[in-house]
Amino acid sequence: MSKPEFVYITYIETTPEKLFQALTDSAFTKRYWFGTELRSDWKVGSPVEVVMDGQVTDTGRILEFDPPKRISYSFHHEANEVLRRENPSRATFELEPYGTLTKLTLIHDEFAEGSLMLGAIAKGWPAILAGLKSLLETGKALAIPHAAMKIDLPK
Amino acid sequence: MDISTYKPGIVYSIYIASTPEKVWQALTSAEFSRQYFSGLAVEVEERVGGAFVLRAPDGSVHISGEVVECDRPRKLTVTFNVNWPGLVEALGVELVRYEIEVAGDTVRLTMSQLHDRPISDAILSGGRAGWPAILSSLKSLLETGKALTIPMQPPAEMLDALKQLGIKVPGM
Repeated sequence: MSKPEFVYITYIETTPEKLFQALTDSAFTKRYWFGTELRSDWKVGSPVEVVMDGQVTDTGRILEFDPPKRISYSFHHEANEVLRRENPSRATFELEPYGTLTKLTLIHDEFAEGSLMLGAIAKGWPAILAGLKSLLETGKALAIPHAAMKIDLPK
Repeated sequence: MDISTYKPGIVYSIYIASTPEKVWQALTSAEFSRQYFSGLAVEVEERVGGAFVLRAPDGSVHISGEVVECDRPRKLTVTFNVNWPGLVEALGVELVRYEIEVAGDTVRLTMSQLHDRPISDAILSGGRAGWPAILSSLKSLLETGKALTIPMQPPAEMLDALKQLGIKVPGM
């Protein structure tokens, strides 16, 4: 039985420094993360808010901040009534230079067995990270309609 | 072939600024695959029962199989037998399925590696390392015209697990 976690790896033609900035600077995240801003001072222990079109969708605390190698924050969903009852999970980004590329590994874990949030983020992250890769490699993010991700939020 | 007993061991989705037809072409033509699939040349007869081959640059067959599902440009499922002596006998026939869906101005490509029996994480570590590299490179190739150079060795934990099963990986 696999652990309840989501791991996603991608390789991007960029530097760890640029990728690190793209993961933490709202000027970038807004462009590839469905209009999302990340509000935080990025100090370990500080709060972080995921803000989509003015609505806080997720909140957490900065657990690790080690530019340009590693970022980790806890992740508690706020917008959906059912998902809000789940315990916080944890998102960790590892950046490694790989020749002229950077290897990005996202590990989103600490979910309870049967977590509905895990199902939702497993559909969301590939779209977000594909948009990030396109933005860094081509200068243009992807136009993926939210509905195309087929995230079934519990009512 | 009855594939109803198969379950996904690895699933990887990636969104590409392209069209289903172009993604299909990249998945099924050697001219493209040599650039993003570790130098391997793909050959597919696009009909159920047709041959599927990934050929190494020296002309040898690295992976052989047959087409199980074929619905251009939406779905291609093939048996995917790595040519390492004893591998298929030990682990069973593996399937690889590509699904292509329109997502706005982009395409979602989902690769599933399926098995008819439980497979250990150590064995799956090979595919878990390899598919993201292959499909990240495919995305770059279609979006920028240039594939990525991602040198990769089989993970040590997979080689150890194969060794315990009595499978000798050529060249390792």
